Amino acid sequence: MFSDFLIRARALFRHKAVERELNDELRFHFEQQVEKFVQSGIPSQEARRRARLMFGATEEIKEECREARGVLFLENLLQDLRYGLRTIRKSPGFTTVVVLTLALGIGVNTALFTIVHGVLLSPLPFPHPERLVSLWERNVVGETAYNVVSGGVFADWQRQATSFQQMALIGENSANLSGDGGPLPESIGTRQCSYNLFSMLGVQPLYGRLFTEQDDRMGAAATVILTHALWKRRYAGDPAIVAKTILLDAKPYTVIGVLPAWFDYPDTRAQLWQTVNHEVSAQDMHNRGNHRFFVTARLKDGVSVAQAYSALDGIQQRNHRQFPDELMGKGANVLPLSDNLVRRVKASLYLLTGAVACVLLIACLNVANLFVARGTTRRKEFAVRAALGGSRWRIIREQLAESLLLTFLGGCLGALLAWTAIRWLVALRAALPRANSIHIDQSALLFTVAITTLSGFFAGLLPALAATRSELLGPLKENARSVAGARNRARLRKILLTAEVALTVVLLIGGGLMLKSFTQLRSVNMGCATENVLTLSFTLPDAKYPTPTQKAQFFDELLRRMRAIPGVSKAAIVSELPGNGHLFDNTFTIEGRPPLLPGQFQDAVVRGADPGYFTTINIPLLRGRYFNDRDKLENSNAMVITPSMANRFFPNEDPLGKVLKIDWEGAPRFQIVGIVGEVLSNLDQPAEATMYLPLNSGRFENGSVAVRSTRDVTLLALPIQKQIASIDPDLAVTDVLTMEQIIGKSTANAMFDAFLVLLFAALALILAAVGLYGLLSYLVTQRTNEIGIRMAMGAPCRGVMGAMLLDGLRPAVIGLVLGLFGGAVCAQLIRSLLFGVHPVEWTIFAGVSLLVLLIAMCACAYPAWRAARVDPMVALRYE
Amino acid sequence: MTDQGIDLPQGTLDLLILRTLALGPNHGWAISERIHQISSKALQVQQGSLYPALHRLERRGWIKARWGASDNNRRAKYYELTTAGRKQLEAEKSQWKKLSAAVAQVLEGA
Repeated sequence: MFSDFLIRARALFRHKAVERELNDELRFHFEQQVEKFVQSGIPSQEARRRARLMFGATEEIKEECREARGVLFLENLLQDLRYGLRTIRKSPGFTTVVVLTLALGIGVNTALFTIVHGVLLSPLPFPHPERLVSLWERNVVGETAYNVVSGGVFADWQRQATSFQQMALIGENSANLSGDGGPLPESIGTRQCSYNLFSMLGVQPLYGRLFTEQDDRMGAAATVILTHALWKRRYAGDPAIVAKTILLDAKPYTVIGVLPAWFDYPDTRAQLWQTVNHEVSAQDMHNRGNHRFFVTARLKDGVSVAQAYSALDGIQQRNHRQFPDELMGKGANVLPLSDNLVRRVKASLYLLTGAVACVLLIACLNVANLFVARGTTRRKEFAVRAALGGSRWRIIREQLAESLLLTFLGGCLGALLAWTAIRWLVALRAALPRANSIHIDQSALLFTVAITTLSGFFAGLLPALAATRSELLGPLKENARSVAGARNRARLRKILLTAEVALTVVLLIGGGLMLKSFTQLRSVNMGCATENVLTLSFTLPDAKYPTPTQKAQFFDELLRRMRAIPGVSKAAIVSELPGNGHLFDNTFTIEGRPPLLPGQFQDAVVRGADPGYFTTINIPLLRGRYFNDRDKLENSNAMVITPSMANRFFPNEDPLGKVLKIDWEGAPRFQIVGIVGEVLSNLDQPAEATMYLPLNSGRFENGSVAVRSTRDVTLLALPIQKQIASIDPDLAVTDVLTMEQIIGKSTANAMFDAFLVLLFAALALILAAVGLYGLLSYLVTQRTNEIGIRMAMGAPCRGVMGAMLLDGLRPAVIGLVLGLFGGAVCAQLIRSLLFGVHPVEWTIFAGVSLLVLLIAMCACAYPAWRAARVDPMVALRYE
Repeated sequence: MTDQGIDLPQGTLDLLILRTLALGPNHGWAISERIHQISSKALQVQQGSLYPALHRLERRGWIKARWGASDNNRRAKYYELTTAGRKQLEAEKSQWKKLSAAVAQVLEGA
């Protein structure tokens, strides 16, 4: 074993010495043989001849000895690599193009793999993550697969379901965090959980302790657990924060623990945890109709997700029949927790994966194409080598070594590119779940190496096989005047180019659809003014503003002060701004109508608006009146509705003057006094039935300010914040945004996806154009001779140019047609990501076709023009 | 390519080389001459097989090589058996005996 290694190593590193020894050894043998012949009386000349005959081909023996020493393969490989390096150095232009192309393809693939791996493929960081599921109600109102769960339904499940070891509840909220002296008040995302959540997930605290059953009761001492991020940021990572008191919405809470850094469940917006039963009234916890919680559970051993689903669904169906007049799901849904977290990004990630795979494939095709082009210029060399006994395998290997070298250079560069790209992607793709688990790790590196090798083989093997395939002597006999051979060789390039164009077209169509979808989304009419509108939000803590009068005083005072700021032309306050989501809705009954059947509900979005709100952001009055200053406090029984509300609930009558009872405590009555224009809660969804109530009814603690100005409205942000601080220094202000930014935020991901796919498509287009140009230039060079003859025979310039152009355009056109079909198929696959665009949108298909044809024409134009300018005499002599 | 002897069956060349070297270190030429003589000129080893075989045996560690002076005082590459080679020779010898006996038995018996 050891001797084997020594001999191989010696042969490898002391190559020359070993070769000399082999020479000496064989020469010695030869001379002994000659001597033997001479001794037997043969003249020395003849003796040498006989000995040489006996000996046979010395080189062959040497080669076999080398092989016997087991170094041939390695040695050849080294030689191939050295040769490859030399060719790479000799053609820096070719090298740069190939390496950059591949770096790009490999880089984006590695980046996306890393993200997909972190987000979609890697298990959740909890013990036995496969046993964790999330539970949902379904079909609460209409057909909804994943509806949040009400406290009452959760209590039912906890009593009746047997498939789960444990179930835990999570509520979402936000709170003003202040106190502890120093830092400014801020609004943070809070989560309320049942005490068993952390132990169920299997989390240990970094400091302090987790919740116990005693903490999770109404009236227990108020406790919170901090996430690592909040603890680091606001409390400078000081462990002494445990057991200290902080103020949440002006109420004191004791910090009992800090969570570990890796824990970012369910997302990074959750910054602080409270116990749910301490925060939510017992009445709400047993209400079956108030849907607000996320439920996570751990399956019992041996119970599958499907079994748990059918059991839970059965329970919920039974309960629904038992309580038909409760607004609750007609069934339940169970989803593995890992799927649940990424439900919303899956489609978009798969789309991007498809796009980057296309980019890599195109890059490989292009590189293969370049190699084919190079292979053709070396055909005679290959033929000579084959004729002298060089093996075909050796020539193929030489080419492979070169392409592998180039791809590995590309791979290294690509890994660097990926490293940058990932940071960029994660930063820009807002709200990517599980962003913490995205990092370049072993599997990502392995993936890079794998695709690099694969690309190297793909790009190198095909051209190498093609270049060495042909009959041995053909190229030797060939001279510049033969045309048939050149055509044959161009065929592979044409096929490669056709595939490249087809893939490019698919990418362009995908990108085009995404872009169109995005512009549709952006151009959606919100139903209100969006230009130069400044907004900011706050929540009045109940502890500090317990009565309706106090809330109304704050709102009135803020409005008065804002309107006094120089530059403010209009200012208003609404509970929730358009474009920020559905948020709050309520059920109601209409007076004078027969009672609803059990299990039937009427509900609509609820907003509180001050009298100036509608005119401030240009929501038109369609009928009746807006609110006025008398609609406040105990006198606030006016209601303004939208046309969709009128159409849905008063299809054949006049809604004005009708009285609605909202299902709140005391069943307050509201009379419809006006109808105003629609605004959208979500850009990608139709307008919802909405009822506006007076902001100063005392029922609203959320406030969003909308301010307009004739000057740049963003300059007003600071003066307004100062006014808020002077009224209530503990009140945190959030989301200081212009209306356009709000829209931008809700379309950011659509824009991001569209932008990336289009970027890839543009790259693909450039690569394809370069490929076409190269192909046609090559064809023209090959056929210069033929063209010369034609022109000498009187063929018109234009005819020659046309013929050449057609030759180059054919692969482009075939690729285009294939690509259009492929694009139509892909468009169906990404349909769920499109908004307001038909998957086979003919304008996009036509636009892409035109663009590709145009680019192909441009790429082919110059070589064709050159062909037409060929001087026949020069062409005929061309060798 | 004169007196073409018997073709050597696969693998027997290694055995013959090892056996020859068991008599003492020797160079390639002498090995082929000795096999020729001992076999009463029935076996003629071609250089094309001899040298690859020597290099293969060396790589396996059964023989080792050193440069020395030949009888006529020229530099020659001498091969000699290693301990592992000696063991290998014994093993191959007994195997060969078994094989030839078995083959002979089959041939006689038939």
